Amino acid sequence: MSILKTEGLTKKFGKFTALDGINIEVKPGEVYGFIGPNGAGKSTTIRILLGILKATDGRAEIFGEDVWKQAVELHKRIAYVPGDVNLWPNLTGGEVIDLFTKLRGGNNKNKREELIEKFKLDPTKKCRTYSKGNRQKVALVSAFSSDADLYILDEPTSGLDPLMEQVFQEMVKDVKKEGKSVLLSSHILSEVEKLCDSVGIIREGKIIESGSLEAMRHLTRTHILVKTKNSIPSLENYQGVHEVERTEQGISMQVDTEEMDAVMKHISESGILKLESAPPTLEDLFMRHYEHKAETGAGGES
Amino acid sequence: MSLLSTSRNTLQLTRLIMRRDRIRIPLWLIGITFFTLIVPVAYEEMYGSDQERQGMAETMGNPAMTAMVGPGNLENYTVGAMTSHQMLLLTAVVVGLMNILLVNRHTRVDEEEGRIELIRSLPVGRMANVNATMLILAITNILLALINGFGLYALGIESMNLEGSLLYGAALGGAGIVFAGITAVFAQLSESSRGAAGYSIAVLLIAYLIRAVGDVSNETLSMISPLGWVSKTEAYWNNNWWPVLLMLGVSVIIFIFAGYLNSIRDLGAGFFPARLGRTNASAFLQSPLGHALRLQRGGIIAWAIAMLVLGLSYGSVMGDLEVFFSDNDMIAEILVQEEGFTLTEQFIPMLMMVMGILGAVPPVMAMLKIYGEEKKNRLEQILASSVSRTKLLASYFLIAVVNGFIMVSLSAIGLWAAGTAVMDEPFYFDKVYGAGIVYYPATLVLIGLAVLLIGYLPKFSSFVWLYLFYSFIVLYLGGMLDLPEWLGRMSPYGYIPQLPVEDMEWMPIVILSIIAAVLIIAGFIGYNRRDMEG
Repeated sequence: MSILKTEGLTKKFGKFTALDGINIEVKPGEVYGFIGPNGAGKSTTIRILLGILKATDGRAEIFGEDVWKQAVELHKRIAYVPGDVNLWPNLTGGEVIDLFTKLRGGNNKNKREELIEKFKLDPTKKCRTYSKGNRQKVALVSAFSSDADLYILDEPTSGLDPLMEQVFQEMVKDVKKEGKSVLLSSHILSEVEKLCDSVGIIREGKIIESGSLEAMRHLTRTHILVKTKNSIPSLENYQGVHEVERTEQGISMQVDTEEMDAVMKHISESGILKLESAPPTLEDLFMRHYEHKAETGAGGES
Repeated sequence: MSLLSTSRNTLQLTRLIMRRDRIRIPLWLIGITFFTLIVPVAYEEMYGSDQERQGMAETMGNPAMTAMVGPGNLENYTVGAMTSHQMLLLTAVVVGLMNILLVNRHTRVDEEEGRIELIRSLPVGRMANVNATMLILAITNILLALINGFGLYALGIESMNLEGSLLYGAALGGAGIVFAGITAVFAQLSESSRGAAGYSIAVLLIAYLIRAVGDVSNETLSMISPLGWVSKTEAYWNNNWWPVLLMLGVSVIIFIFAGYLNSIRDLGAGFFPARLGRTNASAFLQSPLGHALRLQRGGIIAWAIAMLVLGLSYGSVMGDLEVFFSDNDMIAEILVQEEGFTLTEQFIPMLMMVMGILGAVPPVMAMLKIYGEEKKNRLEQILASSVSRTKLLASYFLIAVVNGFIMVSLSAIGLWAAGTAVMDEPFYFDKVYGAGIVYYPATLVLIGLAVLLIGYLPKFSSFVWLYLFYSFIVLYLGGMLDLPEWLGRMSPYGYIPQLPVEDMEWMPIVILSIIAAVLIIAGFIGYNRRDMEG
């Protein structure tokens, strides 16, 4: 059974197709990274999942229930953090946290205090005096102090400093340990790489790549840095070898995963002195999908 | 830093404001000018003879009317005198409102939204934005004065000469500049745009009320109100220019004061400091209803006080009115139209109509608040928790409905209470209260319309304001201008029986309530179906 599942999810705003047949699946205990540039459709997808927008076509279910029809019941088990937190200027951070937790139905007093402490948030200040990062903390504290089964996080760390980002990552790991699921929309790829089990890449309203990070890495190239006794013959033209660069440390290159065996045999004939390899980063994956086509117009909703 | 460097790039910012308001300011000017020019034309048509105009003067010559529109030249009631008596003050209030909204928009609102910060990061003087705003408003008000002045003269009405017309325009422009300055000061003092607008509008209302009390009882009291100065111009009559000079002089001082306050404060800060708040939410706040109420608490209290004060001030002239009529047998004879009612009683329906429509403003605001929240993207997190749309909308709706009931009740109670205190033969409570509360079903229709628009066409929800404004204009001016009756029938307020002069009719009340219910139910259905914006 999956926690969250969409099939052919489509959303049109007039003639503009914001989402075009999105398929996502989040399994129990899984952290799903939802990545893509601004305006690709991440927030639109999330708003549909929250029953704030109505899908034009396709299905979207959370815990096996329709996200539009059962919105209220579902939200009792969902915690949401938006990327752009808008709060009421004349309420304090503490009041807003209590309001959100209460409206969701849960109330975990100890967790609230613990999180406020961890995030170093002053809950007595009015929201109008908060910076973007502090408003983000208010949303994070209220989300993580609830006992939700699914966390929907839409670029939750925009505006947080690196220390707080660390705190956030620990929190995601904690809920994962408790067997809960997370949908993490982000364009900070290092963050997704650290936290996520599966990844979906969205471009212009379509999922162009999805699956486990492991499987996706397999489809791409590995970084190799090598130093050999003798020069390697016809390396540039060897099948599966790309972007060869000769530096003082040695030769750096990228190798297609399926050609790895052949390439390694070829190199070892020249007598290896030093060999370093690094798995492909998510950034490589991401860029591979985007480098071919110029980025579409930025903007859209945040 | 020199004044020159702190004002650097003022002209550039002036151009920016012009670009941003190139539709907004012309619309205000056109609207106000239209309003000014159409009335004398109508008067000319309806009150063609001296006799008819003198008859009108007799009905206007009582303290209640003086409290509402100020003193006038009733001995020689020409079309010009009628216009300046009945229209100048009211128009000046609208001009004041225009200035408050425009100044706030370019000062505290921009600052709150963080746009001023961006501007300030550029090589722009610290005072440049305030200076640019004041410059634009000065130009706007001068244009307003000239267009209205020459426009009135161009109507070619005999009693409206060039000097009087220009003075009429200048009085409007002068009042506008004063309120532009007052708003600029509050934009420095208050830490929020809502506060700045709220304090400025409060000053506008207080200025109107002080003048009302002053015009009826004590001339010197009127002299401390900028709106009192407007009446003192006595355009088309004595043509006094000194009040205009006074307004300009005072504006210069206020402008300089606003600039000074701006130069000594930090960006984003105010002089009315913000306090620290509570660590925890009270139990009351933790429900959609409590939360919605908390957001509007200040505004509702302010409106409640204003409605009560309005009722009290209308009521307080009832005693004078009574004395006035008992002293003037001749007028009393002319005026008696409805058998069995005192003349004072005959004034109640008109006062109640004004208070009934004005009392619809806060409940409509309360209802539209939910769409304001949606546009600011704040409903997203509420709806992402386990609150249904129906429950959310119902919370705001409940506040609007109760709010509307309280507002009209307070104004009627105020009228009764003050009237009782000053009259020899006071009204019975149920008579006055009934005349007020009878307007409530019409307000429900307005609330219903707001719910319907929020449910289906939220982008057009401010249409309700237009409709309310239309109701006010048509019904308030309808009697004066002799407008066709069907215009009034386009408004729910046009169906309300004029208690206590007319008999109570239940039919319109029942039908209006049914219409309101249908609108509300339809609105709730629509709200559950549509996309949220933001």
